[in-house]
Amino acid sequence: MAKPARGTAFFILLSALFLSGGAICAHAAEIHVFAAASLTDALKELSAPYEKASGDKIVLNLGASSLLARQIEEGAPADLFLSADEEKMDGLEKHRLLLAGTRRSVLSNTLVVVVPADSGLKIAAAEDLAGPRVRVLALAEPQSVPAGIYAKGYLQGKKLWSRVIDKVVPTENVRAALAAVESGNADAGIVYKTDAGISKKVKIAFEVPRAEGPKISYPFAVVAATRQPDAARRLLAWLESADALAVFQKYGFLLAGG
Amino acid sequence: MSAEEWQVVAFTLRVSAFAILLILPPGLAAAWLLARRRWAGKSLVETLITLPLVMPPVATGLLLLKLLGRRGPLGGLLHDRFDLDVIFTWRAVVAAMAVMSFPLLVRGARVAFEGVDPRLEQIARTLGAGETRVLLTITLPLARNGILGGVLLAFARALGEFGATILVAGNIPGRTSTLSLSIYQLVQLGKDDDAFRLLAVAVVIAFAAVWVSERFLARRDAP
Repeated sequence: MAKPARGTAFFILLSALFLSGGAICAHAAEIHVFAAASLTDALKELSAPYEKASGDKIVLNLGASSLLARQIEEGAPADLFLSADEEKMDGLEKHRLLLAGTRRSVLSNTLVVVVPADSGLKIAAAEDLAGPRVRVLALAEPQSVPAGIYAKGYLQGKKLWSRVIDKVVPTENVRAALAAVESGNADAGIVYKTDAGISKKVKIAFEVPRAEGPKISYPFAVVAATRQPDAARRLLAWLESADALAVFQKYGFLLAGG
Repeated sequence: MSAEEWQVVAFTLRVSAFAILLILPPGLAAAWLLARRRWAGKSLVETLITLPLVMPPVATGLLLLKLLGRRGPLGGLLHDRFDLDVIFTWRAVVAAMAVMSFPLLVRGARVAFEGVDPRLEQIARTLGAGETRVLLTITLPLARNGILGGVLLAFARALGEFGATILVAGNIPGRTSTLSLSIYQLVQLGKDDDAFRLLAVAVVIAFAAVWVSERFLARRDAP
């Protein structure tokens, strides 16, 4: 082919890209869901059937709830916020960043202490975490990230926080704490039971009894700045349907108030 | 500025300086070999040295994490033999900074060595000076400004390291928190005012380092 044809072909390709992009946007709603890192696997499983049934597209932004709340405060394009603690939602509600009347607490979770799958450490109670054989303890960042705040609350309740603080490695989010234990670089970690459940490289040393741990609650809400409140409300309602809740429960989540 | 903030600044300066001191001998050797010698595999080594400059820092961090982790080839050895942990300690901060600033140091020093007229070295040799003496009395002094410029640029790069550091060292207050990591953490906590104070410090240090480095590099061509 002669040389000029290449330019034409390139132009056609470029136009096709733009047009197809435009077509996707025009068709269905694209719902931006900002969700706590611990919800990652459940939400990925839930996305496909919902997208198929509704025609809407779900775009997940996963991370520490603290980071997501911060992004929403700064005007990030979120339609739905699924937080791992009430405090983050309170902050957004106070600044009127939530669509009134859409907030509800949907799920709960359990904390567990995990160790690498091949670890020989004997950890059966919180006191063991303060022992000399645990040199590195991975937690989500305990000042801001919900999983870290819960873990700190648990250890404080046990009067152990000051004894473990020097070996705490704070991580970006709860999944990063899980990864630190998986890689063996941390001797132990405190994560949600649902996180431990998806990993073959860690084992649960013990589960924090619900009465001893802080109350864990996952509130969901539509973000006030959403441009598609109806689509966002529909998805939120569906996340509370029996089908969706069954998937959450399959991953080990508990139902709020249950 | 609070005591913790000063601690972060001092820690960052200290580990950056340590990282640069650590890479100075191998960096100068590599630069000299690249500038003055022809050898098999030279362009391959040259490319490898430059890689950290262009690779995503997080990717470099991941390689370091695998290498230095308790189950990695090097980290495993240190852990089992010497009971020494690297990951999540200040050593990991130094390692990340060293690897990330190595290319800048080598590039700066290499250009400096290349700027030294080989005829001057040749004259010294004809006058009976050995290779070591030529290097110490002719090449290094003449390349000094260029090398110092490269050192400062590498130092500035080390100060700002983030992507690799957060993977291998985490962000542990008082232990591995550097300026960059602290700023990131403060923004996440919503403490923008504190973040801006550290940002101001970072700008001042980086400005000073680059400014002085430019002065050295500008003086390089002068006789």
